Amino acid sequence: MKVAVVGGGPAGLYCALLLKERDPSHEVVVIERNPAGATYGWGVVFSDRTLSSFREADLKTYEQIIERFVMWDAIDVRYRGEVVRCGGQVFSGIARKALLKLLQERCEELGVDLQFERELSDPEGLKDFDLIVAADGVRSTLRAAHEKAFKPSIQTGSARYIWFGTKRVLDSFTFAFQENEHGFFQAHAYPFDGEMSTFIVECGEAAWRAAGLDAATEDASIAYCERLFAPDLGGRRLISNASKWLQFVTLKNKTWHHDNIVLVGDAAHTAHFSIGSGTKMAMEDSIALVDALGKHRDIGAALSDYELERKPRVQRLQEAARQSQTFFENTRHYKRMEPQQFAFHLMARSGRIDYDDLRVSDNRFVDSVDRWFSSRGPAALAQPPAFTPLMLGSVAIPNRVVVSTKPDYDAVDGLPTEGSLRDLSAAGAGMLFTSTVAVCAEGRITPGCPGIYTDAHERAWAKEVEDAKAKTPAVIGITLGHAGPRGSTKPRRAVVDVALSEEEAWPVVAASPQRYSALSSEAAQIDADGIEKVVEAFRDAAQRAARAGFDLIEVHMAHGYLLGSFISPLTNRRTDDYGGSLENRLRFPLEVLQAVRDEWPKEKPVGVVLTVSDWERGGLKMSAAVATAKSLRTHGCDIVRVVAGQTTARSSPRYDPYFLADLSDRLRNESGMPTIATGDITSLDRVNTLIAAGQADLCLLRVN
Amino acid sequence: MKVGIGLPNAVPGAPRSLIEEWSRRADAGPFSSLGVVDRPHYDAYEPMSSLALAASLTERIGLVTMVVIGPLRDTARLGEEAATIAQVSGGRFTLGLGVGGRPGDYTKAGLSSQGRGERLTEQLGDLRAGWNEGGPALIVGGLSDMTSLRIARYADGYVHGGGPPKTFERSADRTRTAWNDLGRIGAPQLWAQGYFALGDEETVERGRTYMRDYYSFTGPFADRIAEGMLATPQGIAAFVRGYAEAGCDELVLLPAVANIEQLMRLQEVLSGVMD
Repeated sequence: MKVAVVGGGPAGLYCALLLKERDPSHEVVVIERNPAGATYGWGVVFSDRTLSSFREADLKTYEQIIERFVMWDAIDVRYRGEVVRCGGQVFSGIARKALLKLLQERCEELGVDLQFERELSDPEGLKDFDLIVAADGVRSTLRAAHEKAFKPSIQTGSARYIWFGTKRVLDSFTFAFQENEHGFFQAHAYPFDGEMSTFIVECGEAAWRAAGLDAATEDASIAYCERLFAPDLGGRRLISNASKWLQFVTLKNKTWHHDNIVLVGDAAHTAHFSIGSGTKMAMEDSIALVDALGKHRDIGAALSDYELERKPRVQRLQEAARQSQTFFENTRHYKRMEPQQFAFHLMARSGRIDYDDLRVSDNRFVDSVDRWFSSRGPAALAQPPAFTPLMLGSVAIPNRVVVSTKPDYDAVDGLPTEGSLRDLSAAGAGMLFTSTVAVCAEGRITPGCPGIYTDAHERAWAKEVEDAKAKTPAVIGITLGHAGPRGSTKPRRAVVDVALSEEEAWPVVAASPQRYSALSSEAAQIDADGIEKVVEAFRDAAQRAARAGFDLIEVHMAHGYLLGSFISPLTNRRTDDYGGSLENRLRFPLEVLQAVRDEWPKEKPVGVVLTVSDWERGGLKMSAAVATAKSLRTHGCDIVRVVAGQTTARSSPRYDPYFLADLSDRLRNESGMPTIATGDITSLDRVNTLIAAGQADLCLLRVN
Repeated sequence: MKVGIGLPNAVPGAPRSLIEEWSRRADAGPFSSLGVVDRPHYDAYEPMSSLALAASLTERIGLVTMVVIGPLRDTARLGEEAATIAQVSGGRFTLGLGVGGRPGDYTKAGLSSQGRGERLTEQLGDLRAGWNEGGPALIVGGLSDMTSLRIARYADGYVHGGGPPKTFERSADRTRTAWNDLGRIGAPQLWAQGYFALGDEETVERGRTYMRDYYSFTGPFADRIAEGMLATPQGIAAFVRGYAEAGCDELVLLPAVANIEQLMRLQEVLSGVMD
């Protein structure tokens, strides 16, 4: 087989030598535009798993790599003058120059034809080859020549970064954070040859401009960064390598092969440098490609096999890199955190490492996080974060797990079905919630929903609370709501949002006229009189809930129900004082909150269920949710349950296990409002992770 | 977990007599249900009428489509057919619907494949409304978050399209999360499927050849899917156990070879696997 490898970086060289090693009869040529010794960049990082795949692929290359590499097993987080170390994270680094040299030598030894300083001006010149490997980097000219087939997509990150080297010797993967009058900056640094380290400086665009780095020369940038990171550099200089400020580009390709051209390494994909995987992924691509070529006689089949094997793995890594990149683009929001929590949050940022993983890799680190979290002294034993009590107002919640009763569709005239709270008491949670309880008959979702608007309801709830309290020390909360446009529907046994028959139905209202789903009833716009009545209904319900003995009251302002329909611009098209600006759209929900707060005992907390993203074009986003949370705070809200979607029936949801937790994280850390995280939380490990990382204050467990 | 068997309704060359014998023997065997697939423009029996036939030949066994491509069909007619099968089988029918994986099916039917997801959602609502609380159970296939949402809004459960238990588990979790999110009570039914061919090398290869042909529309995936076909008793035992542990309620094993011997062999294997 005649193979042309375009690009003499690690992916191309490794691919060439592996091909030749498997079958010396292959004719393999590597075409590189730069001279043999030229390279940019400093060090590259491998995990121990990557190294074992190198050993299997070609023992000799592996041995030469491990002869030259440096190893470390810790991540250091340098922040606010402290260094928090998390061990058990085994990585190794090697100078990029040394890696290229040993790969080139191995290529020559095996008889690969290396052609340096050859520019490939016309891809047509390769038509005699059976296989063309495009290893020519993120700006691949081969890929560009067949862009319609590969369909590359590019996303540019918001942060600015610059690569330097330094003679500061490190024994860890180091993340350093510094703040000055211009903003918040971070460095990603790791050793690679025992004498030098890579040192990448990164910051947000605002800080970058404020610092004048947008107009700075290379020398000025070096001087600025040296001053800023002086404590972390230990007096060492930063060394230039034709360094420029860049924005990270994430590249994905719809397909990785076309005819006999196949993409490997950066030509196929990139992932944010903070997870240190670029060269690792590139060389793993080469191994997979050569394996696939060995398995199939047909090149097309081999290339399909390669793509099927690699693409899902790379996609998972790119997803982790995206999460990590998002964290580093938003570090300024976490600067209120203390070092232990800041470091834990950083470790858990990509969603791939949880509390239990860290417990296995560094027991002492997690012990110190536990101690910090529960404010224990240095030698004390501390419980995991999930079991650390939380004070909300003057109410002590014994642990961080919240459970909610199953929705009740068997209530008769609003009287709750007996025993639902009591049945939850065995769950061991620190807080129990009712399902949504209507503040008036027309505010019920279905005729089988419970309410709290008559004396009989109040007595029934008092009994429910009393029975539950006899069995559990948990705090007991009631969620008050008004169904609005989602009211007057069939009990959700087989369908959701389907209108009752005409005989059973009652009129429904919303911020603006709407039909929630194709099969729900037409909602009319609620008028000023109606608004006042609903405020009074919440006021009355709050009084009743207080008398019934609940510890916490929660107002439902989400999921397209009445109050939620006011907050979202998708469903509020009013032109009066209750529509238009966010301030206006919040007016009615805040009136309700104020009324509840006025009636509710001062020492007891009030919560809100809030939609932080409509998951729909033109809908609410995080920025509005942060502003909303601040307004809720000034009106007496103590905690927000973070939910998303359902504002209309058209919203497209995200049901992955991390998405809602990330929204809780952002709302909590950008607004300062305590949060309850929701979503697919089913394990104690997840609860410990979210609580320790400061992504939430409480977690609603999914119990089905 | 219950285990059902597929009817070879889309294995080319299956004679009517085989469909009849297969239905009768499945009914007499340990299988919980008899499943059919939907493949227009192929040497296949149409799924709804196949199950109508099977209903008349069986007494006990559940009947399920996995899945009928809903948006290709007129909703009112589909609803009537489904209600009829449910009725003549004495309530043994479960209607599984999906959008299908072949855009070509839509163009051949003179329809656009654009917006097929939304059309399926609408169809589910209309079917429910048409049956007025009665009708067969409704399960839905698909891998998107929207699938989970439409199940939670209008259906009774999820049907997985195939693959290892791990991928099923993720979809099952998504379905449960959506179910909770929309305030449904109880739990969604969780169904899954897998292809098998048991016997000598030639039989297994015949099964694989069929799989490659059936899935040729997926391009390079066809080989992978064919490799994933269950071809040994051990493979079936591990697959059944994996799905049971992943929380599946009912697993339907579909034949890749149209020969009554396949049913007998599967029955034999399952008798050693199931408690």
